[in-house]
Amino acid sequence: MIMNAEFQIWRGGKDSAGRFESYSIETTEGMVVLDAVHHIQSNQAPDLAVRWNCKAGKCGSCSAEINGTPKLMCMTRLSELPVGQPVTIAPLKAFPLIRDLVTDVSWNFRVKKKIPPFRPRKPDAPDGTWRIAQEDIDRVQEFRKCIECFLCQDVCHVLRDHQQFESFSGPRYMVYLAALEMHPLDVEDRIPLIKKENGIGLCNITKCCTAVCPEEIRITDNAIIPLKERVVDRFYDPIRKLFNLFK
Amino acid sequence: MADLHVPATIQRFGQTARRDAWWVRPLVVFTVLSAFVIYATWAALQGVNYHYGSYLSPLYSPELFGKSSHAWFGPLPESWPAFLPTSPALFILWAPGLFRLTCYYYRGQYYRAFAADPPSCAVGEPSRKYSGERKFPLVLQNLHRYFLYIALFFLLILLYDVWKAMWFNDAETGHERFGVGVGTIVLAVNVVLLGGYTFGCHSLRHLAGGIKDRLSGRPIRRRMYMCVSCFNRRHMVWAWLSLVWVAFSDLYVRLCATGMLTDWKILL
Repeated sequence: MIMNAEFQIWRGGKDSAGRFESYSIETTEGMVVLDAVHHIQSNQAPDLAVRWNCKAGKCGSCSAEINGTPKLMCMTRLSELPVGQPVTIAPLKAFPLIRDLVTDVSWNFRVKKKIPPFRPRKPDAPDGTWRIAQEDIDRVQEFRKCIECFLCQDVCHVLRDHQQFESFSGPRYMVYLAALEMHPLDVEDRIPLIKKENGIGLCNITKCCTAVCPEEIRITDNAIIPLKERVVDRFYDPIRKLFNLFK
Repeated sequence: MADLHVPATIQRFGQTARRDAWWVRPLVVFTVLSAFVIYATWAALQGVNYHYGSYLSPLYSPELFGKSSHAWFGPLPESWPAFLPTSPALFILWAPGLFRLTCYYYRGQYYRAFAADPPSCAVGEPSRKYSGERKFPLVLQNLHRYFLYIALFFLLILLYDVWKAMWFNDAETGHERFGVGVGTIVLAVNVVLLGGYTFGCHSLRHLAGGIKDRLSGRPIRRRMYMCVSCFNRRHMVWAWLSLVWVAFSDLYVRLCATGMLTDWKILL
């Protein structure tokens, strides 16, 4: 069914005052927001900047705020949005704007570089490699689904509202840290780092990261809280500390 | 991470481009939690009508000192200072109260509903200094596991209360007789819901197996971890149902004790 729909898209660069501009297009059944943006780019605004790649929800490039909610444009069907109202499309608010819908997310990659990488224990199989039981790797495999779309970083109020970029790594890197810390082969100790440099205590577990994750990773329940519990083991559990003294 | 500063636009309190009714959820949480706290405080301060026959209100269990037959150590000693509280609930209610207050699920909910920190996802919050759970008093949330240990003990006591609620005084013989009343079912459902909530606790999940990177070769531990994880997936549902049912159980016993409600015996 062909319908006319209005889109309000953020236009502007980092040095100019931005504003929402309206575009009307004819939409067809099955269209996603990214299709509409491409249609506008092809026919009405050839200078509209938008980052995208796979159109399949796997590259994590087309993150934006659709009607105020962080989402992937390629995975948001127009039929999911309220009918008869303009659809607003804005860039991620937590990161510096480059132009239109494109933001500079390079801060995330700089954070990642500061995390000690995977360090496996010495090979223990006769052929000089390792053996891992599937049941030991199940937990970590959930974290490997992350596509680094940074929607969780965008919605996290510690970054978005409190601007604590210097003391908090954000949910994406809590997932990354959990994947490393819970890995059955990894022997690196990152718990003091998770407490101090990565600032896990700043998370107040309001689960917005989980709510926006397009891969449906249970970020708070399966990554952040288990890491918080490991930090409690090391730093906040007096009985465990006492027990460790006599170990 | 001093070199990682990113400038961004800060939203004003309540500012958002969201079109949905984002305020409904925090409002419901605020209303239900406030109603529970007000009711539980009122009920705890009463000190009367908390038991009816073999039934004991969960807000008063275990009854350490009191005048009912459920009291572990009998009435309060006469030397008890008059200015101190005497209601049996006030001696014990701090434990389940702190278990819920420090619960990971409730924390997220009341930070949103009571402190607007944030009011909802992608909604601007009041401007203020933020330190998360790193400083006093919120750093004490890390003691949640200790309240879990107490909650597990309380669960056993509430289970025993259900057993006691299956024995009724036979008016003809004067002996106790097995039976099931509506109150027995109310108290039993209370234990089931509290059990579902407690066994899904994130701290218990950690202690059951989350603490280990490898669970292969530890079949019992792995089974425990899977079991707690199963309850944990519905932690929110268990949390709300058990909260409401505790208040309802107290209300049921209270109404029976005041004679406003008749406890129907299903089996006697």
